[in-house]
Amino acid sequence: MSAIHSPEGPIELEARDLSVHYNGAPAVRSVSLRIPGRRVVAFIGPSGCGKSTLLRCFNRMNDLVPGASVTGAAIFQGQDLYGSGVDPVDVRRRIGMVFQKPNPFPKSIYDNVAFGPRINGFRGDMDELIETSLRNAALWDEVKDRLDSSALALSGGQQQRLCIARTLAVEPEVVLMDEPASALDPIATQKIEELIYELKQDYTVVIVTHNMQQAARVSDYTAFLYVGEVVEYGPTQALFTNPTEDRTEAYITGRFG
Amino acid sequence: MTGPDAAGIEQTGPSNPPRAGATESGPTDRDTSEPRSSAGAQAPMPVAPAPAGVARGGAGGRVERGRAPVRRDPTRFDPRIGRRATFGTIFAIVCFLATMVGILVLATLLIDIFRDGWSRLTFEFLNRFPSRFPARAGVKPALAGSIWVLGLTALISFPLGVGTAIWLEEYAPDNRFTRIVETNIANLAGVPSIVYGILGLALFVRAFAIGRSVLAAALTLALLILPVIIIASQEAIKAVPNSIRLGAYALGATRWEAIRHQVLPLAMPGIMTGTILALSRAIGEAAPVIMVGALGFLAFVPSSPLDNFTVIPFQIYNWVSRPQLEFHELAAAASIVLLALLLTMNGAAIWLRNRYNRKL
Repeated sequence: MSAIHSPEGPIELEARDLSVHYNGAPAVRSVSLRIPGRRVVAFIGPSGCGKSTLLRCFNRMNDLVPGASVTGAAIFQGQDLYGSGVDPVDVRRRIGMVFQKPNPFPKSIYDNVAFGPRINGFRGDMDELIETSLRNAALWDEVKDRLDSSALALSGGQQQRLCIARTLAVEPEVVLMDEPASALDPIATQKIEELIYELKQDYTVVIVTHNMQQAARVSDYTAFLYVGEVVEYGPTQALFTNPTEDRTEAYITGRFG
Repeated sequence: MTGPDAAGIEQTGPSNPPRAGATESGPTDRDTSEPRSSAGAQAPMPVAPAPAGVARGGAGGRVERGRAPVRRDPTRFDPRIGRRATFGTIFAIVCFLATMVGILVLATLLIDIFRDGWSRLTFEFLNRFPSRFPARAGVKPALAGSIWVLGLTALISFPLGVGTAIWLEEYAPDNRFTRIVETNIANLAGVPSIVYGILGLALFVRAFAIGRSVLAAALTLALLILPVIIIASQEAIKAVPNSIRLGAYALGATRWEAIRHQVLPLAMPGIMTGTILALSRAIGEAAPVIMVGALGFLAFVPSSPLDNFTVIPFQIYNWVSRPQLEFHELAAAASIVLLALLLTMNGAAIWLRNRYNRKL
């Protein structure tokens, strides 16, 4: 198995022999893989293969799931995120997350973006930070005249971009995305994908997706997971055109999944 | 690049029966972040074997399911649309009658009270002390006492109740102890109010030596309504989608920050509704306040929490138990005052709730 693949460039995130159990049932089994900085890495695989669980290891969101236990190491810039003395609250500011369903806070657009900076003691110009974040999430032009109106009045796609803006506002280094476009229509999806492409100039992006076309379009590297294991991991183009594993080929050609 | 292939796979789900099993489990697994633990724990197992078999099976990769013949035989169904519609209408009528019973009884009660008491309801009535002469009797100390007790009860029960609810919902581990606590809180809500009165007498009036005071009554009533506030607040907190908490955590919020800034503001309208309903119950209680020593005749208005007191329900009880008809009319007038107080409270609650909602 080509579980450990070493992409080019400096490594930002690494899973080393990482396993996750939910109440004793394995969801991720001894996964090892390296994620390069300023690239987009996609996790694909059938439902329940552990890709979302693996993603949540990188910002310790699994800590919030009752019954979940994590063994092994998730290394971020050389430091084990599960090491003693690492505060998950600090981890989550530096490694942001966007969820499957847009989950804006039921507050104004402005307050949605300002919440993270406020709790994290942001001391700069808040208005400027909000504008930058919304611009980088490709939402500014649509909302600049109504920052005080409710975020819930936005469309689904706009809400998801607001959630991305909110994530960017705390200036993370990594953005994790858990099927960020699966609840959106094709046009909104396309905007999110374009945005992901932009984001990799400044951020490392890890995206979980059900949509293989999407993985092919937006990612530089793709990992195929199956029953909690990384079956194959490599440059996206190579994985989709010339998979080395039979199971990968079977999945991407639609024979199962 | 296998772009076109991939496209076919992802977008022709329905025409691709073998995948049905796997895709059907998809939405439930991915759909919400709330039941993540169970979904994550169980999903991999059932899904795993089938695709594995298919993959090994190789060529074609299709699992042919045995198809049953489809018969389209109208005689096998008897829709009886008319009959079903009739049942629907009957059900609606029954529900309407149930509503009417309540409304009629309530209307009768209100009409009766207003007919008896309206003429007695004057500014002097509100501003006079009790008297053994009906013409000179007033409700002032009872009204003041009710407001005193209500205010103190709210001050005591709201923080205790909401705090308990927050702890149970947001902090407490899901273990035997927590479940025992929750069950007992539900049971406490059903304890008769007179029992709380006895407890208040023994504990606050005697053991803590607070005496027969406003404070003793407020503490007793706070205990009485605490379970209701806790349960209502728990429900309101439970109703806050977990995705909101996760969204806050993902931005580096601590648990306290997620609760303070995201969960509580969303739960607050529900918490306040529950609290106001509970307080409405407390303001109408006579039995427990009699136990802790409300006075039947009070010639002054309480000016501190440790003063003697009386409350409107007890004043009503006192007047009703006298033989003279005039006192019965006074009792009706006092009932109207109590109703007005309740309406004011509920109005305030609705106003507060709307203010909170508007901020969202």
